[in-house]
Amino acid sequence: MMGFRVLLLKELREQFRTNRFVAVAAVFVFFGILSPLTDRYMKELFDAIGSQGGGMTFTVPPPSPDGAAAQILKNLSEFGLICALLLAMGSVAWEKERGTAGMILTKPASRAAFLAAKLIAIALTLGFATFLGCAFSYGYVLILYPSPFSFGGYVAMALLLWWVLVGFAAVTMLGSSLTRSAVAAAGIGFLAFLVMSIVGELPVIGPYMPTSLGTTALDLVMGKDPGFVLGPILFNVALVPALFVITWLTFRHQEL
Amino acid sequence: MNAATIGLNAATIALVVIPLVILELGLKLYALYDLFAEDRRVRGDSKIMWALIIAVASGIGPLIYFFVGRDDSRGISMGNVPAAPAASIARILATWPALAESTDAAVSTTGLTKRYSGGVVALEDLNLMVPSGSIFGFLGPNGAGKTTTLRLLTGLATATAGTGTVAGVKIGGTGGELARNIGYLDQDPRFYGWMRGRELLTMVGQLHGLHGSALKQRVGEVLEIIGLTEAGGRRIGGYSGGMRQRLGIGQALINQPRVLFLDEPVSSLDPEGRRDVLEIISRLRGTATVFMSTHILNDVERVCDRVAILNFGHLVIEGPIAELLDRYVQPIYELEPEPQQPGSIDRLAASLRGQPWAHEVKTTPDTVRVFVDDPKVAGPAILPLVLGTGVILVRFERVRPSLEDVFLRLVAESGPPILPPVTVPVWGLDGRGGRR
Repeated sequence: MMGFRVLLLKELREQFRTNRFVAVAAVFVFFGILSPLTDRYMKELFDAIGSQGGGMTFTVPPPSPDGAAAQILKNLSEFGLICALLLAMGSVAWEKERGTAGMILTKPASRAAFLAAKLIAIALTLGFATFLGCAFSYGYVLILYPSPFSFGGYVAMALLLWWVLVGFAAVTMLGSSLTRSAVAAAGIGFLAFLVMSIVGELPVIGPYMPTSLGTTALDLVMGKDPGFVLGPILFNVALVPALFVITWLTFRHQEL
Repeated sequence: MNAATIGLNAATIALVVIPLVILELGLKLYALYDLFAEDRRVRGDSKIMWALIIAVASGIGPLIYFFVGRDDSRGISMGNVPAAPAASIARILATWPALAESTDAAVSTTGLTKRYSGGVVALEDLNLMVPSGSIFGFLGPNGAGKTTTLRLLTGLATATAGTGTVAGVKIGGTGGELARNIGYLDQDPRFYGWMRGRELLTMVGQLHGLHGSALKQRVGEVLEIIGLTEAGGRRIGGYSGGMRQRLGIGQALINQPRVLFLDEPVSSLDPEGRRDVLEIISRLRGTATVFMSTHILNDVERVCDRVAILNFGHLVIEGPIAELLDRYVQPIYELEPEPQQPGSIDRLAASLRGQPWAHEVKTTPDTVRVFVDDPKVAGPAILPLVLGTGVILVRFERVRPSLEDVFLRLVAESGPPILPPVTVPVWGLDGRGGRR
């Protein structure tokens, strides 16, 4: 891929210079810390509110490492999805709108390299942020609970979470390459998320959806047998390259 | 309810609260610091609105600001910088390899046509030969098809029909061999606002395969040519329009291209900026073939050797400027009446119109211009007619016709082509994913 190395360095430098790298990492760390704390103190907090009178009763499950893992996965996947959409929505659309895509692509740089550099830079940013968020979470779980969950399962959950976020970034980037509007691209990414969430509820094909991998990830953390996971995992591993190829096919002859 | 009632001790409070407060406050303060930086521009141009979003919208506020709010393509201009002296430009370009003597055309097209979905014809059957080493002016009114032609020649658009070569390389598609031989400046160059000028040139040089000391030297030379040596370390977002235009020429020159495509390189510049850019273009003669689209005819006369005129997507004429002037220019007489003579312009024009030798009579608030077929007949006949009107003249002269006169005449004569009715699409993509 002609010009890939130069373009990847440019993309990574852009993530740092525009503070996107720092902002995404900070959000992941924030929710990485908040998630186990929420699980650990939520019950005490609600019990205290209930003891103040007023007849209110709250039913909150007791804190546990499994509950903490569920909180971590829920918060990081929700806010990670927002980060993935924000990172990818303007990646191609803004460059087309501003004319910088035309400037770069009249140089010896292939369109595949142009797109690959963007997707890999986004994946690295999301990967680093996921690592930081999950590391802080794990640290807090170690402090807050006497017996934390399986480290191996937790690493597997973090990897699955990261890859699912990269998948949503890839869908949004496809939208970004189809339009000149970053907002439309974000809409396409969000629509894909909704469709996958709905299809994820269906039998047979549901487990293959990225949105269904959360259950698998939680089972891995809790040390349960997730059942048949190889197929869905392989499908999702292949989904990102497949989306990249579709993006390239739509972009390779596009007039800029 | 206090901390004790919910069983939180001081250590827990520290564990729970302090990291989160530090993180959130730190991120918000950092975002606010960035927002109110001197050269920061934001979407919607309201820093107060973005400050509210950062302050109110929890941890997501700074995130939304960094991703959506910042507008790195624009900055507060830090002022212009003077261009490089002509001697400096000439000294550097003298060290660059000259174009090899060649009889081959630098740019050649055969039947090049571009039609958009819905039948909109942007370019029709363009046959063009641009000699190697020339500075070629590509003229036409707005919407004539100039930018479309440049986009086809640089590979940014795909022709519906016809073929072409640039520097001996077949056009079609971006990247590859064509990209190694050309430089391209868009009509409204916008770069990465977060990047510094020197970094942009370095990146483009690296894409062209330059590295190490050769890259450093080339970037230094180009910065000197475009007069941005001092400003090369500043963010592009803070550059003025003229500086951006010069940087655009710089990035197009970094590979010492054989053919340099410039789309309206001076149209958005003030007179000083125009002079600087034209100085650079004129000094490139012999180093590169320059293909320049414009509608500023004075500039074309100043720097170009040859021109082509395009109108409604059709080539009207092509050739050396001097030849066009000889072939198409009509002698013009200009008459300027003494001021304070009410109706003098109308009376003069009325007396001249209808004369068999007067091809056309044009008026301005101060002058009357008569385009004549034969000056030997018209010259002696004009003054008696003026005497008959009673208008006193302060000036009567035969003026040198300009390229503008030729341009206006040929464009007017060529008129809109007779085309089948078209339906203009509202939005969407064509079959290949291109814009309609």
